[in-house]
Amino acid sequence: MNKLKKLSPAVRTNYLTYLGVIAAFAILQPLAMRGKLSPTLQGQLVPICAYVVMTLSLNLTVGVLGELSLGHAGFMSVGAFSGAVAASALQNAIPNTGLRLAAAILIGAVFAGVVGVLISVPVLRLNGDYLAIVTLAFGQIIKSIVENLYIGIDAKGLHGAFLKPLTSLGEGGRMILNGPMGIPNITKISTFLAGFVLILVTLAVIFNLVNSRAGRAIMAIRDNRIAAESVGLNITKYKMMAFVTSAALAGAAGALFALGQPAIVASKFDFNTSILILVYVVLGGQGKMWGSIIAATFLTVLPETPAMRGLADYRMLVYAVVLIVVMLVTNSPAIKSFFSRFKKEQESETTKGGEQA
Amino acid sequence: MSERPKRPPTKLVPVPSVNKIPERDINKAPILECQHLGIDFGGLTAVNDFNMAIGRTEIAGLIGPNGAGKTTVFNLLTKVYQPTRGTILLDGVDTHNMSTVQVNKAGIARTFQNIRLFSNLSVEDNVKIGLHNQVKYGMFQGILRMPKFWKEEKRAHESAMELLRIFDMEDLASHQAGSLPYGAQRRLEIVRALATNPSLLLLDEPAAGMNPSETADLMDNIVKIRDTFHIAVLLIEHDMSLVMGICEGICVLNFGEIIAKGTPDEIKNDPQVIEAYLGKKREV
Repeated sequence: MNKLKKLSPAVRTNYLTYLGVIAAFAILQPLAMRGKLSPTLQGQLVPICAYVVMTLSLNLTVGVLGELSLGHAGFMSVGAFSGAVAASALQNAIPNTGLRLAAAILIGAVFAGVVGVLISVPVLRLNGDYLAIVTLAFGQIIKSIVENLYIGIDAKGLHGAFLKPLTSLGEGGRMILNGPMGIPNITKISTFLAGFVLILVTLAVIFNLVNSRAGRAIMAIRDNRIAAESVGLNITKYKMMAFVTSAALAGAAGALFALGQPAIVASKFDFNTSILILVYVVLGGQGKMWGSIIAATFLTVLPETPAMRGLADYRMLVYAVVLIVVMLVTNSPAIKSFFSRFKKEQESETTKGGEQA
Repeated sequence: MSERPKRPPTKLVPVPSVNKIPERDINKAPILECQHLGIDFGGLTAVNDFNMAIGRTEIAGLIGPNGAGKTTVFNLLTKVYQPTRGTILLDGVDTHNMSTVQVNKAGIARTFQNIRLFSNLSVEDNVKIGLHNQVKYGMFQGILRMPKFWKEEKRAHESAMELLRIFDMEDLASHQAGSLPYGAQRRLEIVRALATNPSLLLLDEPAAGMNPSETADLMDNIVKIRDTFHIAVLLIEHDMSLVMGICEGICVLNFGEIIAKGTPDEIKNDPQVIEAYLGKKREV
């Protein structure tokens, strides 16, 4: 206990976040195994995990790096399609579903990471609004590309075609990705356990990155770019590091998500999805990982509850209103001073403790 | 302030160029030498024909009325702006075409007139960011928490604390940098600049907003920094007690041009300097 008190507040929050995730899993997993959860919630477990990872990864770009990205669903899309194609292609090579899922998630992350590198070359020369606009365009480009991509498999291996349907498949071949129809028949191999592990891995990557040399550099660039340059930090390198890590994690989330669905189409990962995830990040708090987890979980579950089902058509409207309210409330001086009073009391307590020790 | 022991007066001696540096540094090449440095913004000449040499362990001052171009000189030295004319030799190496980052790695560190800290990070992290290029481990070693990470982080923590001790700031290590009082923020900026292991430290109005006793402490600390790290310091300052108290060579700038150079005593009595600061005596 004493050791826990000695830790810096940031590190303590990190440990509590891990603990919270593990506790939630420990409660939900037995319930899910015994079928005690409602069928809706049961079906939502994997998407919740995927959205949590998505939100965490976007929080790395928005909260830690301090750049607005409006095309994050694009990386999810890359991960989803590459992961699902990989899982389908590896069906015979890796019979164990757990291993195949792990391989698919890894491939999804790598592909999204590579796309992240390609995108970051033009994008990271820009700042602020301009960067946001380019990422928005990027999301649309990914969607168009996937909608025109045809991939099939036969005895000779994978075949692909762009813009025109694939005709060269050999005997016994089958289409995996069929242009605008997406991937129509996915073997569901994602499990809640896999989602839980992915969340923990994501948290570990983000927390360990932030609390290291590279993370400090990334946050320094966010806080003051000119000062960061003056102490010899390579701005482009660290922005790219954060951006690509964020993209790779989003790709992993995409693969997890896709392999828990019966079918996926490119239009699922559109601008609305990007904005949705951005709303989760803002509601959970920029830079606050535990906030992202809670926001993503509740806002994925809430619209599916019977009480809210009637409001489903107004989902985006409700989010917009909630977002405006949160912005107004968190920027109101009266409310800020109300909360800072608690903070001050805490701080004075910690300094007292320090003097005694 | 009167209790301060008087420093022995420095004698400036000429180096092969048109410049002078303190006598004790004469056997070593100057750490910085600017030759005919100048920059134009559109049609406006902000700095022109700026010549200056700074000795290895000199504390030099750059003074002048508001808008004289002092901060522009700092921005030229650190390559925030690329000079239009002239050369900058840092330790004998031409910094032509170097970027801000490269110049920092080559040995120039600076502070800013309007404080630029990483205000959401802790005091210790601010210093550790200054140490960034001396902490050697990669991103993956950091994420996977390999042994190298722990070793290097421990070393970084120790050096950060040691640097903070110069200004007696180690108690503040876990505080958020943006929440520090003004004077402490200025001091932290100096510590962060020192952490980059410079051979020339540029201080832009280090005493701005400090009260007389804080300024006196700062003077002692600047001298202490020079004596401990054996580096040169170039400072811009409006507080004449600080400039005259610790600077060995002073350069006066007005409308982008040097109007006087010399030791504090020479500068104090220079008619052109008096005119630049106080205006011309009206002829009766």
